[in-house]
Amino acid sequence: MVSYDNRRSPTPALRADPPHKGEGEVLALVLRDIRLSIRAGGGALTGVIFFLAVIATIPFGVGPDLKLLARIGPAILWIGALLACLLGLDRLFQADREDGSLDLLVLGNDRHMLALTVLVKCLAHWAGSVLPLVVAAPLLGLFMNMEPLSIGATALTLLVGTPAITFIGAVGAAVAVALPRGGLLISVLVLPLTIPVLIFGVSASYGAVADPDPFLQPFLILAALTLFLAVLGPVAAALALRHGTD
Amino acid sequence: MRLIAENLGGERGGERIFSGIGFALEKGQALVVTGPNGSGKSTLLRVIAGLLPRAEGDVRIESGGETFPTIASACHYLGHLNAMKTALSVAENLRFWRDFNGDGQLGVEEALETVGLGGIGHLPFGYLSTGQRRRAAIAKLLVSHRPLWLLDEPTAGLDKASETRFAGLMARHCAEGGIVVAATHLPLGLDGAQALVMGSPSPLWGGSIREAERGGGLL
Repeated sequence: MVSYDNRRSPTPALRADPPHKGEGEVLALVLRDIRLSIRAGGGALTGVIFFLAVIATIPFGVGPDLKLLARIGPAILWIGALLACLLGLDRLFQADREDGSLDLLVLGNDRHMLALTVLVKCLAHWAGSVLPLVVAAPLLGLFMNMEPLSIGATALTLLVGTPAITFIGAVGAAVAVALPRGGLLISVLVLPLTIPVLIFGVSASYGAVADPDPFLQPFLILAALTLFLAVLGPVAAALALRHGTD
Repeated sequence: MRLIAENLGGERGGERIFSGIGFALEKGQALVVTGPNGSGKSTLLRVIAGLLPRAEGDVRIESGGETFPTIASACHYLGHLNAMKTALSVAENLRFWRDFNGDGQLGVEEALETVGLGGIGHLPFGYLSTGQRRRAAIAKLLVSHRPLWLLDEPTAGLDKASETRFAGLMARHCAEGGIVVAATHLPLGLDGAQALVMGSPSPLWGGSIREAERGGGLL
């Protein structure tokens, strides 16, 4: 047995960390969540495989009409990515709740706002689980016989628009955190709220290739939606988590 | 620094679990909460931490200074769950909590050695046994400085030697001016330790209103 009596007691000199607030905590949380999403059981690949399955099935259902495939391509990519985004959302807070980490994250509210913690978790979730979808989208665009410009525009709108889906999803995940099988409930709660994101994402993607339609306006609205929800989503989710502890 | 509770009441699912709890702890003092299962020990600790709303009364920290103005900012809460990720290594887990909680104190390796887990920091947390997991969670208390420790059955799953060692850690924390509130049957061996005996549970689980009986040394 280690004798603790003669061990060094923590003196101020041992407290090497400067009393910084913000950066260190934020970075630590981002690193942890991204690590978790990459390691076994994280589910970073699950979304991509689901996305692949959805997109690969469409040409078999629609038939070998290449023009039709190219025309519906952006919409199908967006719907596939939206559904794949919803897939991993239920674990956003539930995993932390099950092992007790959520209590400590909530207790940290007085040091760094819980809304900030939620925002950071959302960004880590996006980087770990949703960004792979955006990366896979151009490849899957080939399945849909899309032209390069159309593929590029769709990937760009996905890059800008999918964070909004994560922020909306965080609210649903926070509300349903205490429910043992909240996954389906979260999808049902979140899906209607993501429709504006889908509409502007798809219309910007079409705007890039179909000539009279504008690209910039729907794209800017999409960016505005993401920025707006980056504030509203974490605040609402933090409120739900704060009152959801039991 | 003082921790003060006045006429504190807590409820779960609309049922009053306890009421009229009061105590005052100066720095260096400890409160040992005992009582049968279902008497509200865990609820009391969660109410103190602010994880559950108070049904009545007040609990607060006085003269905590700028660093620790509220209980949430001044406390380590060790619940039934260890708050560690099974997919990450023990050292990664501890390093995360050290960075997240701030106010770094012991280094990760040093904290692990203190709880008798030296040299296994590289193992995934999921590989550890129940007792080792608990000890790793206790190491979490050591990597960041918090004056107030709220401990819910901290020695569950620990063997005799580890229990003794943990009692020593609590004693040392108190000796350095910390405050410990622990729901435990472990004798702390502290002169200043107060005891709070929660009321006996009703025959039905989570039953009717219970008054907590007060042990010696309380207000």
